[in-house]
Amino acid sequence: MSFVTLLAALDAQTLADSVGLGAIYALMAIGIGLVFGVLRLVNFAYGQLIMAGAYTLAFTAHWRVAWSIVACFVVVVALSLVMDRAVFRPLRGASPAVMLVATFAIAFMLQAIALLVDIRDNTIGEIATSIAPLNQPTSIGGVDIRKITIVAVAVTAVVLALMAALLLRTTLGLHMRAAAADFGTARLLGVRANRVIAFAVFLSGLLAAIVAVMLTVQFPFVGPDFALRDTIVVLVGVVVGGIDRLWTATLGGFAIGFTTGIINGALPTEQTVFLPSAVFALVILVLLLRPGGLFAWGRTATERV
Amino acid sequence: MRRSLDLALQLAAPALLVVAVGIGSTLVSSSNEIYFLNALCSVAIVVAIYVFIGNSGVLSFGQMSFVAVGAFVAGVMTIPLESKTGVLPQLFPVLRDHTVGNVTSLLLGAAAGGLFALLVGLPLMRLSGLAAGIATFAVLEVTHNILREWTKIGPGATTLSLVPETTDAVQATIGVLAVIVAAFAYQLSRFGRRLRASREDTAAARGVGVSVHRERLWAFTVSGALAGFAGALLVHLLGSITTEQVYLELTFLTLAMLVVGGLTSLWGAVLGALVVSALDSFLIEAEQGVKVGVSLDLPQGSRLIFLGAIMALVLIVRPTGLTGGREFRLVR
Repeated sequence: MSFVTLLAALDAQTLADSVGLGAIYALMAIGIGLVFGVLRLVNFAYGQLIMAGAYTLAFTAHWRVAWSIVACFVVVVALSLVMDRAVFRPLRGASPAVMLVATFAIAFMLQAIALLVDIRDNTIGEIATSIAPLNQPTSIGGVDIRKITIVAVAVTAVVLALMAALLLRTTLGLHMRAAAADFGTARLLGVRANRVIAFAVFLSGLLAAIVAVMLTVQFPFVGPDFALRDTIVVLVGVVVGGIDRLWTATLGGFAIGFTTGIINGALPTEQTVFLPSAVFALVILVLLLRPGGLFAWGRTATERV
Repeated sequence: MRRSLDLALQLAAPALLVVAVGIGSTLVSSSNEIYFLNALCSVAIVVAIYVFIGNSGVLSFGQMSFVAVGAFVAGVMTIPLESKTGVLPQLFPVLRDHTVGNVTSLLLGAAAGGLFALLVGLPLMRLSGLAAGIATFAVLEVTHNILREWTKIGPGATTLSLVPETTDAVQATIGVLAVIVAAFAYQLSRFGRRLRASREDTAAARGVGVSVHRERLWAFTVSGALAGFAGALLVHLLGSITTEQVYLELTFLTLAMLVVGGLTSLWGAVLGALVVSALDSFLIEAEQGVKVGVSLDLPQGSRLIFLGAIMALVLIVRPTGLTGGREFRLVR
């Protein structure tokens, strides 16, 4: 397993798949980064929002696809807002560790609920069949690319453009950026805390729903730990990229998704047993060299007093 | 005089609680004994984690790596020689051809955990905040990956079994007491005080000459040694262990115990571990159906829902944990 064999095994299809995965992870990174920006809260339960969406898709598999997707959006966004109201709001201002552990607890709980639902009908996991056709490959210039990859990249591009327009061109976006930079001062200047936070949570839920649809297309077998691993990987990517700014966080999410895709696609499994070690050793190295984030140029690592 | 009485109580309260649980384990039926001993092992792990996170204020997801290393070192080194070559044929000869006694294996686990923590901490302790959290998490991933795949040092992905089950009520109680005393001694020492100063105000602590990196490294090493010791206790309690048992789930659970008890005090670590363990054991029993006054029969699998909900509720009502992050005092 050397770098050369890694490169040699790369083909256009792996590359396309990796870009697709990177795009999905980038969306998750935005969802996590948005909430972190206004609440300073790392939402570990983000993966369970996606899981809830995936379950909705699985349970509504016999509906028309459009309605099924609408149901998924409704459930995920509602759950996201409920989570904010019931847990995040009472914990506003608590220490980061406490907020993080509270989201662990919520994640545990939602996972347990999913397990209970699963046990009810005597199967572990559900299969979302209705939207699976998107996973079929289509041929572009002799390269088989799955339709979902194209959808993922297109959706991510559109979402990024909309997000940039929202943050840079609207008053609400200005408020959100101000809140992310310094919440206290922003409130003194008339930014309404609850509105900004609720909007960030709403957007983050919307993104989770989009990700739920796209992940379910690729992995139609939905279980209680759906998207759990992805969330952990994205959290790592977000911090490695630089969580303090939305665009560095997004880039971090894309980078880790792309890298994961390349590595998984290019190497046969028997050669990859120690690969997680190599990847995470790299993560440690990057964090040591650039603790503020890989893409956070021109910023000091230590906090100002 | 008053001050030394306070100090004595701060140590005595968690110690007595642990002894009470130890005695309790001998009074109940043998099927319930495991809950008590499990709770004691949780206390050891949570106190070990507390020594670093509680004193430094730096979040670490990596302490479970040291528990894992301690557990596997102690486990591999105590499997009887005659069966070792059979179950673990690929081991390095030095591991394969030696077996040590029970107490030695506990100390070996502590030494391995401490040494590993020292090596890892040397570069990592420069980090703080989320970067530290993710970097220590990366350490856990690397440790888990290597323990799982490298069959020359352990069982790999299979179960490590045939470990002598020597952690009984006496050993568990004494072991946990040792961990608590060590943690208490550390936090009273000048190392512990300097580190706590840096937790409260890093810049001010630096200003009076505290080397934050060095103090964090000390705490990380002590915490690693205690975690290794706790892991050794755990493996001798269970008799068999897989790498998955000392990985993500236990990391989250023990961290939750610490936060529920109160991050910044030894009393919080002990109380949190015991309260959450008690709740968990009760819910396991409730799933089978128990009678407490009224008969309670929860549906199968609902335990984690209640556990998650109660933990979230505690944090919402008391964000600083059950103890408020303070040591035990008679008068508030």
